[in-house]
Amino acid sequence: MEGDIVQMGAYIGAGLACTGMGGAAVGVGHVVGNFLSGALRNPSAAGGQTATMFIGIAFSEALGIFSFLVALLLMFAV
Amino acid sequence: MVKPLFGDGAVHWYTPTNVTLWMGVAIVAILLLLVVGTRGRAVVPTRGQSVAELAYGFVYKMVEDVAGKDGLKYFPYIMTLFMFIVMSNMLGLLPLSYTTTSHVAVTGVLAMAVFLTVTILGFVLHGVSFLKLFWISSAPLALRPILALIEVISYFVRPVSHSIRLAGNMMAGHAVIKVFAGFAALLAISPFAVVAITAMYALETLVAFIQAYVFAILTCVYLKDALHPYH
Repeated sequence: MEGDIVQMGAYIGAGLACTGMGGAAVGVGHVVGNFLSGALRNPSAAGGQTATMFIGIAFSEALGIFSFLVALLLMFAV
Repeated sequence: MVKPLFGDGAVHWYTPTNVTLWMGVAIVAILLLLVVGTRGRAVVPTRGQSVAELAYGFVYKMVEDVAGKDGLKYFPYIMTLFMFIVMSNMLGLLPLSYTTTSHVAVTGVLAMAVFLTVTILGFVLHGVSFLKLFWISSAPLALRPILALIEVISYFVRPVSHSIRLAGNMMAGHAVIKVFAGFAALLAISPFAVVAITAMYALETLVAFIQAYVFAILTCVYLKDALHPYH
């Protein structure tokens, strides 16, 4: 019985850890939305800032991947 | 899983495994594109030569934009990183292949090499005044110690996030495709599963390229911090 409760805790924790990816999705959408609204006002200046947009996407998506990593660790490495 | 290529024995540091095989295939692919593609050196480029020139020009412009003119001395290193990661990511999309960059071990070594290079370069070029990177002189004097502590912590988290970002993206994308492929075995929803697998495959191709680009451009940003540690 003891081992089963530990497994149940691990699976429930893995499911709860997946809610962190919602925050990452909102963050990435925020970055890209601001870029789009700026680029539609000033299209000629938009090309130079696509690199900054990709760096912003990478930083905010990384935290969603950290939460996915925690979920995977709980599922497969207890 | 890391499996030895010949037999079922234990995996030592000298065992040829499927990871080493696919790293070798990635290197052969890079050589085919860059060396054999530009062998003709025609003034009007052939298709292979034009793709190789596109890749070279893309990375050259990225390094020059982000790290400046004196960052161009490190262009071979960044080009090597970018081409290896792009080829490894793309080769992992073939059926029955193995993505070497989905291992935290492989990406951890790449990120650690970048971190050590940038730190040692900063100390060699600027001596102890490299530590001015952490002392933000445009903030009020009372806040500077706390900001310095936060800056030091976020500096040391850089290799961790650098490696886990690439490994997690590769592993997550392929895990999603495997899950959808499992659904395709159930007859009732298999058309939707096949459409979903096709859509995820296209997304994964895009993510493979974008993650290699993000790794390379973050390396250029850290290099710029080492070459010009002013705030």
